[in-house]
Amino acid sequence: MINTPTFLNETASQTGGPYVHIGLAPLQAGFEIFDNNFGNVLAGPDTPGQRIAIEGQVTDGSGTPLRDVLIEIWQADAEGHYAHPSDPKPSAFRGWGRTGADFDTGLYRFETIKPGRVPGRGGMVQAPHINFWIVARGINIGLNTRLYFVDEAQANAEDPVLRSIEWAVRRQTLVATPQQQGGLTVYRFDIVVQSADAAKETVFFDV
Amino acid sequence: MAHPEFAQRDTAQHPPAYSPGYKTSVLRSPKNALISIPQSLSEVTAPVFQPQELGPRDNDLILNFAKTGLPIGERLIVHGYVRDQFGNPVKGALVEVWQANAGGRYRHKNDQYIAPIDPNFGGCGRMLTDENGYYVYRTIKPGPYPWRNRMNDWRPAHIHYSISGEGWAQRLITQMYFEGDPLIPGCPILRTLPSEEQIRGLIAQQDRGHFIALDSRCYRFDIVLRGKRATHFENEMPR
Repeated sequence: MINTPTFLNETASQTGGPYVHIGLAPLQAGFEIFDNNFGNVLAGPDTPGQRIAIEGQVTDGSGTPLRDVLIEIWQADAEGHYAHPSDPKPSAFRGWGRTGADFDTGLYRFETIKPGRVPGRGGMVQAPHINFWIVARGINIGLNTRLYFVDEAQANAEDPVLRSIEWAVRRQTLVATPQQQGGLTVYRFDIVVQSADAAKETVFFDV
Repeated sequence: MAHPEFAQRDTAQHPPAYSPGYKTSVLRSPKNALISIPQSLSEVTAPVFQPQELGPRDNDLILNFAKTGLPIGERLIVHGYVRDQFGNPVKGALVEVWQANAGGRYRHKNDQYIAPIDPNFGGCGRMLTDENGYYVYRTIKPGPYPWRNRMNDWRPAHIHYSISGEGWAQRLITQMYFEGDPLIPGCPILRTLPSEEQIRGLIAQQDRGHFIALDSRCYRFDIVLRGKRATHFENEMPR
């Protein structure tokens, strides 16, 4: 047939369920099965850039942590390049990690490096940021958000994505603040899946 | 910079975040609208996985946790193609699957269902799609199980899927069901979906032609991810 564009429906999303760790983080589910496990440490001792950790909780509409949440992050290297062939200068730094929250405390943690600035559209430059993808029981389609750094005020002010958030009060939900833990800079990034207060609910993106 | 970008997601083909029939979604759904942003390198790139990152038995759930014998259950091959919405194969996609054992019990420290753990079944596997977007794994058929939603809700037999394609914007998590399962019509999680067509898209069909004689039955399950379109024209005036 001619003059008929091929256009298939995207397969529908479904919740990852409470046992998402079995498939994506089996060690956390409680068993060893793969020789190579994907995890939450993105940077090795030789990775160029400022070493940081990221910590936080993901909370529901009652303020209770999602202890069964699973998070993936994707980021550029310290020079702002991704480990992907579409990047003009593909990085050797993988920039990808995943972890479940702690089943008791609900805390998640990544160990990585601070990313550089990544090109945006139309010649603009984005502020350093880390892309987050969040799945859990009760989340029907993965939630996309971004972490920005409070100590990048100038870059944040110019960032096209932050600026596209009409409500300035909501932009701060994406900004992580540093603390010092034994010489390591740890950025705290709490994600509020639901809140009656729009200024407190984390901004999620349709990318 | 003109890199190809993914076509806008048709959010109407997915379950709403707030789906009260699936009770856990009530407090785990954002109240605010998602904010739509133009795609940059952050959204069109994603981790690239290499075959050597996976083990030779990672896609064989019958053998990848076998300790003292084979797992209990109906032996199955599950296979299919990962394509984008324009029909192009998605090559090198990481497909990860996990499931309950034949009795409906998960090997997970938080699962307390009365059905026993199978000592020879882990319940997870992973693979990369080939040049044609094809994937295949071997497993046993998972059992249905009860869950806490209404007092007596049961999940139809299903296998969870996570797919990581060429771009972060394609990231997808879903579940596969089995043709003819009588628990499908009443499942509160399937009923979060917006249409019968989208439910059908999650139901694997028995693939009689690929049964292995005296060994395994086969199911076919194809997956569609968002598609990339090239940027043919620029709107910036030549300087």
